[in-house]
Amino acid sequence: MNVPAALEGFDSLTSGDTVVAQNIAFGILSVVMVVAALRMVTTRNVVHAALYLVIVLAGAAGIFILLGAEFVGVTQVLVYIGAIVVLFLFGIMLTRGALGEDEEANTEKRRMAALVGVLVLVVTGGAVLDSFGDAAVNRSAPSLTSEIGDTIFSQYIVPFEAVSVLLLAALIGAIVVARQD
Amino acid sequence: MLLNQFLLLAAVLFAIGVYGVLARRNGVLVLMSIELILNAVNINLVAFSAVRETVGGEVFALFIIAVAAAEVGVGLAMVLLLYRNRRSIDLTEIDQLRG
Amino acid sequence: MTELLTLAASTAPGLPLGITEGGTWLLRNAWLIPLLPGLSFVGILFFGKRMPRGGSELGIALVGIAFVLSLLTAAAWIDHRDNFEGEEVHRAVAVAEHGDDHVEAHAEAHGHPSLGVHNTVTWFEMNDVAFTVGTLVDGPAVMMLVVVTLVSLLVHVYSTEYVAGDRRYTHFFAFLSLFSASMLLLVVSENTLQLLVSWELVGVCSFVLIGHWWEEKPNSDAALKAFLTNRVGDMGLIVGVTILFFTVGSALPGQFGSFSIAETNALAGAGQLSHTALLVASCCLMAAVMSKSGQFLLHTWLPDAMAGPTPVSALIHAATMVVAGVFMIARMYGVFFEGFSIGGSSINLMALIGGITTLIGACLAFVQRDIKKVLAYSTISQLGYMVMALGVGAWTAALFHLFTHAFFKACLFLGSGSAAHAVHSFDMKSDMGGLRKVMPHTYRTFVIGSIALAGLPPLAGFWSKDEILVGTGGWGLFGGTGGNGAYTFMLIMGVVTAALTAAYMTRCIYLTFFGEFRGHGTPHESGPRIVVPLWILAGLAIVAGFGNLPKGFPLVPESFQERFGHFVEPVASYFPSITHATPSWSLAIASTLVVLSGVTVAGWYYFVKVEAASKAAGESLTELPDGLTTKYPLARMGHTLLVQKYYLDHLYTDVIAGGTKGPVAAAAYKVDQGVIDGVVDAVGENAVKAGNLVYHRFDQLVVDGIVNTSGRASSRAGGELRKIQTGKVQDYAAILFAAAMVLAGVLIVIV
Repeated sequence: MNVPAALEGFDSLTSGDTVVAQNIAFGILSVVMVVAALRMVTTRNVVHAALYLVIVLAGAAGIFILLGAEFVGVTQVLVYIGAIVVLFLFGIMLTRGALGEDEEANTEKRRMAALVGVLVLVVTGGAVLDSFGDAAVNRSAPSLTSEIGDTIFSQYIVPFEAVSVLLLAALIGAIVVARQD
Repeated sequence: MLLNQFLLLAAVLFAIGVYGVLARRNGVLVLMSIELILNAVNINLVAFSAVRETVGGEVFALFIIAVAAAEVGVGLAMVLLLYRNRRSIDLTEIDQLRG
Repeated sequence: MTELLTLAASTAPGLPLGITEGGTWLLRNAWLIPLLPGLSFVGILFFGKRMPRGGSELGIALVGIAFVLSLLTAAAWIDHRDNFEGEEVHRAVAVAEHGDDHVEAHAEAHGHPSLGVHNTVTWFEMNDVAFTVGTLVDGPAVMMLVVVTLVSLLVHVYSTEYVAGDRRYTHFFAFLSLFSASMLLLVVSENTLQLLVSWELVGVCSFVLIGHWWEEKPNSDAALKAFLTNRVGDMGLIVGVTILFFTVGSALPGQFGSFSIAETNALAGAGQLSHTALLVASCCLMAAVMSKSGQFLLHTWLPDAMAGPTPVSALIHAATMVVAGVFMIARMYGVFFEGFSIGGSSINLMALIGGITTLIGACLAFVQRDIKKVLAYSTISQLGYMVMALGVGAWTAALFHLFTHAFFKACLFLGSGSAAHAVHSFDMKSDMGGLRKVMPHTYRTFVIGSIALAGLPPLAGFWSKDEILVGTGGWGLFGGTGGNGAYTFMLIMGVVTAALTAAYMTRCIYLTFFGEFRGHGTPHESGPRIVVPLWILAGLAIVAGFGNLPKGFPLVPESFQERFGHFVEPVASYFPSITHATPSWSLAIASTLVVLSGVTVAGWYYFVKVEAASKAAGESLTELPDGLTTKYPLARMGHTLLVQKYYLDHLYTDVIAGGTKGPVAAAAYKVDQGVIDGVVDAVGENAVKAGNLVYHRFDQLVVDGIVNTSGRASSRAGGELRKIQTGKVQDYAAILFAAAMVLAGVLIVIV
């Protein structure tokens, strides 16, 4: 397979058709994501919520690829959807009996939460719009995985090692916390 | 594509995630909402990285994904423990520290 | 004063004062005589209890030495009187009118002037006035020194037996000494201030000694009565002395006053002092005399003073203290002579009071049961004689009577004490009678004393009383000051009183010594320490009269006539020139007959009729059962009046004092209970109300309200705030996010 050639076509992001296509893709993805997110936080069925989360995460992966961060996108799918959501499902399964499919948040709480949410949106949205004006994303080419690898293992080696330790700690911690004696 | 649209998308997801954290009774759902927030942040970082044409943001996003995984693991372990002790993971029932 | 003196002598002679700073050592240092009993007082007070005889030996010793000194001083005076050729003191006066001719006139009449020996020390000076303390020794002073020390000595000896075993033996002798010292100080006083001080001192001693047995209320009451009555009179003394002080000051240049007796009298005699001032001063001083010498109106204390021990009565209330008033008049005679116009043609206050006193005292002596009270009223009566004599201008007669009276009255008092000591009671009617058989010495001396008192010749009282009667110059018969017949009334009173005196003494003798013994126990004669003084005094009562034989008395050389008068009566400018009465044989005989008639009437009543009634009744009677008072209501009223002492005590105690203190006490009580207690109660109640008010309104409501409210507010605030702490994680998260967003917004907007 001619990867560079495929990439080449894909890389010319500055062409007008590509831009329109990107915008459309973005539009679809964002709508789907937002709807799925909304459904996720409102559905009473926990499993459905997990599945909606999958959609959101998948959408996020698509956004990453749209932005040229292929490695991150793939990692997102692999880790997030592949492991984390499964983890969630396990968790749901193990704690299902307690709550069942009925989940009722009281009105007061939802209003407060909505208020805070709106507040957050307003502040962050306002800030965003205010700050970045008409900055455009014009990637000449997607980011190279090798470049990411190089950066991780040279510039960000310490955080990398720290994260590994963190994962280890989390692993051990989770086992310790959740084991049955 | 404007940067703003990505950032706005991230803001919306963030807001929804916040709403979810605050509104959901089920502990697991709260964790899921936290994932939503983290994803919003990821989108933000990657967008900025794309604008700058550097990989710093993407690396950061990778790290976030890793941390999120760790966090979910621990979080679910705690939820499990909670379930084991109280037979319920309804967060509204956990108010032992009520003043 | 000596400097002014010499100045005055060189520039102008000034007014002679009749005194001299010279004289022999004894005369100049006569202050030693009062000092000795004073030392005895202090010594007995501190050491008396430790002495073997309780201090009496110290008292007797020192008074004895004082007596010897007095005799020597008298001898010195007798020599000084005629032979002294020293310098006379002169004093510059503001207006010199009479000057020296005054003295010369006097000297011509009587020969050599008798200059009083003047000796002073300056106590303090103020505004050019030197206040001095000192002695003025002249005739009367020397006479009194001898009399007081002699009687005091005899009374001391008498007391060692009379108050033997007493509860306050030492204290008694201490105050006898103090009294002697005070009286002696009084008689040698050079100025009126010193006179006043010693006057008060003798009053205090009188109070202490009358109230010697103060545990029994009547005794302390009597002491208080004596002191307070004297106090009333002493007001007059203080006012009089002050008036004289300033009046004299107005006549002396450069000084605003003087207390000096010599100056006062000399200036008065020289006419330098205003007559009105002298009259007022004399009246004030008369008030003092009325109280101290028991004159009518203020005499009520003297009979009650008999509550004290008999030696005290003899010494103080017969011989010495009560005559202090008489002596004071004698000393200040210049003032009185001018103030009351004694040489004038009208009856003066002094003579009137004296005359009335003699009569009322004699009348009251008739109704007494208590032997000492008889003698007390007799003393009042005799003091009246003396004051009357001074009032009519018979100065020497008054002092001579003082002299003789001291002896026979002391003798009578000590005799009554001896009798009472034997029967342990003073009541003649119930406890005495027939004592002449068991107490011969007491009986004889008492009779001698009574005869002397009554005034039968040749005993002392006859001479002195007669001289007084002559001195009144009644009907202008005898010349003398009252030669114009102004004092006729006094003569009558004097004669009547003589009769009464004889009568009541006869009654007294009968009740005590005759009849059958009515008391309990077996009385016997007293010991030598009582009897010997009695005989000494009786002897003096016999011979003292010969000291002043009147001029022209037959069989006696002229140098023996009027010895007393010669040496005692001053011839000096501080003594007024008084005219002397001519002695009269007719009056002497007449008065003797009057006295004998008095004796006869009383004697017949008692010795004949009562004696007969006693024999008839078979028991010893003291009066006739069917006498005048039972038959005639008028007589009974008169008797009651006398027994009630003219209701004077009732007047003083109930009417005057009670009328004053009653409303005052009631008003004070009302003020105290109503006003003061009211104020206190009101303050207290209002304080309580205010406290309640504060408590209920303020403390409970406001303060507690504030406290409670703040507490509740805090609690409620806390309660509200704690609702935030729901314990739910999502609520905390919500707050966290909201706050973060707000902060972020702020940062974005500002930054």
